[in-house]
Amino acid sequence: MTLLTDKPRDHVDPQSTVGAAPEESRAARLTSFEVSDFPVPNGREEEWRFTPVDRLGGVFADEGDDDREGDYAADYDVSGVMDVIAQTALAPGQAPRGTVLVPGDRGAVVASKHTTEALHLKLEAEKEYAEPLRVNVHGNGAGRLSSAHYVVEAGHHSKALLILDHTGSADHRGNLEVIVGDGAELTVVSLQRWDDDAVHLGQHDAQVGRDATYKHIAVSLGGSIVRVNANVNYQGPGGDATLLGVYFADAGQHLEHRSFVDHNEPHTNSLVTYKGALQGDGAHTVWVGDVLIRKEAEGIDTYELNRNLVLTDGARADSVPNLEIETGEIAGAGHASSTGRFDDEQLFYLMSRGIDETNARRLVVRGFFADIIAKIGVPEVVDTLMAAIEEELAADMGASA
Amino acid sequence: MTTLEIRDLHVSVETDTGAKEILRGVDLTINSGETHAIMGPNGSGKSTLAYAIAGHPKYTVTGGTITLDGEDVLEMAVDERAKAGLFLAMQYPVEVPGVTVSNFLRTAKTSIDGEAPKLRTWVKDMKGAMEALRMDSHFAERNVNEGFSGGEKKRHEILQMELLQPQIAVLDETDSGLDVDALKVVAEGVNRVKENTGLGVMLITHYTRILRYIQPDHVHVFVAGKVAESGGPELANRLEDEGYDRYVQAAAV
Repeated sequence: MTLLTDKPRDHVDPQSTVGAAPEESRAARLTSFEVSDFPVPNGREEEWRFTPVDRLGGVFADEGDDDREGDYAADYDVSGVMDVIAQTALAPGQAPRGTVLVPGDRGAVVASKHTTEALHLKLEAEKEYAEPLRVNVHGNGAGRLSSAHYVVEAGHHSKALLILDHTGSADHRGNLEVIVGDGAELTVVSLQRWDDDAVHLGQHDAQVGRDATYKHIAVSLGGSIVRVNANVNYQGPGGDATLLGVYFADAGQHLEHRSFVDHNEPHTNSLVTYKGALQGDGAHTVWVGDVLIRKEAEGIDTYELNRNLVLTDGARADSVPNLEIETGEIAGAGHASSTGRFDDEQLFYLMSRGIDETNARRLVVRGFFADIIAKIGVPEVVDTLMAAIEEELAADMGASA
Repeated sequence: MTTLEIRDLHVSVETDTGAKEILRGVDLTINSGETHAIMGPNGSGKSTLAYAIAGHPKYTVTGGTITLDGEDVLEMAVDERAKAGLFLAMQYPVEVPGVTVSNFLRTAKTSIDGEAPKLRTWVKDMKGAMEALRMDSHFAERNVNEGFSGGEKKRHEILQMELLQPQIAVLDETDSGLDVDALKVVAEGVNRVKENTGLGVMLITHYTRILRYIQPDHVHVFVAGKVAESGGPELANRLEDEGYDRYVQAAAV
C-alpha cells in the first residue's frame, strides 16, 4: 500500500476560503453542547463553504419541533426496534447520551438541545439479531422543523443491522450516537429517501470498541439539501470501521457527505468509500473525507476513496480528501478522488453492439456503482438502492436524449 | 446474401483548426462470404472508414452513401447499424468498469435479436466460443476490457462477433499488438465465423502477416483517403515486397 502525504489546500477553490481561517488540525475543531458556540453559518466557514446555507431556511433555528395538536412534524415508526428500546429515553446530558457525540456544528447542536428525549437502543451482549432493526422517520411537511437523537449501544460481541429510513419532508436535524462494544459487529444504514423539498442535516458519531467492526452506510437519493456527517473514533486497538456512501443527485439537489475517522488507537483500520452520480442542472454533491492518524495510532491502515460520475452538463461534484498523519509507524494510508464525465466512447462501444442508448447508459451507471454495492452486502438495502437508481435513470432518459 | 456498398464516401473530422477531410471518395462493395483486405500506410484513413461505417459521432459524413442491401446505413443510429447486421471489431476496445463480459454479451445478444437468448443454449454457445478462442472461463466474470492484455481484448472482440453473428464485419487492425500464437487463434476465430455464417469481412490492416491466416478474396490499397488500387491476393504479396512508397508518392503529386 502506498503512503500518500496530503496537501489539504490543493483542492480548495480560492474564492471559497475567504474568511475561513485554516485549522491547525482536524482534532482542534470545536465541539460543544452550547448553541451559542455555533452561530448560524453564513457559508464562508470552512465546514459550510460548499453548502447552500441560504437555502437551509429554518433548520438552524434554536427552536423546538413544529409539532401541532395530533400532527407531529415527523412520525417515528419504531416497531422494528421494540425489542431493544430501553425503558427510559435519554435526556440531554444523561449518559450514555453525550459520551460519544458532542455536536460539531450548528445543525447538530440544535438537534441535541431540542431532542429532549433520545431514543435509546440497547443491543444485548453476545446476541445476534437475525432481523434488521428499523426506525422509519417520516416527515409530515416541508419546512416543518423536526429534531432527533438516537443512542445505539451495541453490547460486546453483539451483531446487528440497524436501518434508519427517512421519507416524506421536513426540516430535519438528526443526531445518531453509536457505541460499538468490544468485539461487536454493527452495521448502520441511513437511507435518505426524502421528498424533493426536504432538508436534512445529520451528525452520526460512533465509537468503535476493541476488535469491534462498524459499518456506516449512507444512501442519499432524495431531499433538497442533505448533509450527513459520519464520524468515527476508537475505544481500543483492533477496531475496524467502514464508511460507505452512495448518492444520486438530480437537478437542483445538494447532497453532501462528510466523514472524519479519528485513528486514536493503534492497530485500527478504516475504509471510506463514497460514490455518486449527478445529473441535471444545478445537481451538486460534496464529499469531504478527513482522516487523522494520531501519534499513538501505530500500525493502523486506512484508505479513503471518492468517485463521482457526472452524467450531464451543469452538475458539480466537489471532492476533498484530507489525510493528516502524526506517526510514521503505519501499515498503510492512502486516498483517491476522481470526478469524471460520462464517457461517450463507452456509449459508442456499447451501442455498436446493438445496445440502445438508454440501456447503454444504464449499464455504465450500474457498472459504476457495482463495486460499492457489492461492499454494502445488505440485500434489502441493495434492492432499494438499485430500484432507486433505475428510477433516477428512467427520469433522466427523457431529459438527456 | 448481403451487400455493403460504399459509394464516393467523404468523411471529415473536427479539429482545432476546423474540419479536416479524411476520406475523399471511397468506393467499395462487400458481399457475404467475401473477405476484403484494406491495406494502407498509417494516416491513410483506414480507421476513419471503419468508424464511419459504425457511426462514431466524431466523424461527419460530408458526401456519398453507405447502404446495406439498399438500406441507408447513414440514416441509422449506432445501435441500429449493429441490429442491421454490421459489426466493428475495434482497434482499441473501451473499458466498461463494473460490467461483466457475461452481462455485456447477454445484453448485446438480447438487443440484436430483440429477445433474450434461451439460457441453456446461450451458456453453451458462450462457453463453446470462449473455448475455441482459448479463453479461460473466468473471463466471463471479468469487467469488460478492464485489465485485459492486448491479446485478450482482440479475442474478446472476435468472441462478440462469433456470438452476435453479424452479416458484415469490419476488423480494424485486429492483428495489431498480437504475437503469432494469438494471431493464429484470432484468425481461426474469424475463419470459423466465415465458414459457419457466410460473414463478409472488411479486414483493415497495415501488415500482410494476418493475410497468411485469413485468405482475402480482394485486396485494396488505401492511400490518402481513398482506394488507390484493387486486386486479388497477389496485390498483398507485392505490397509485402515493395511497401506503400509507390502509392504515397503518387498521391503526393
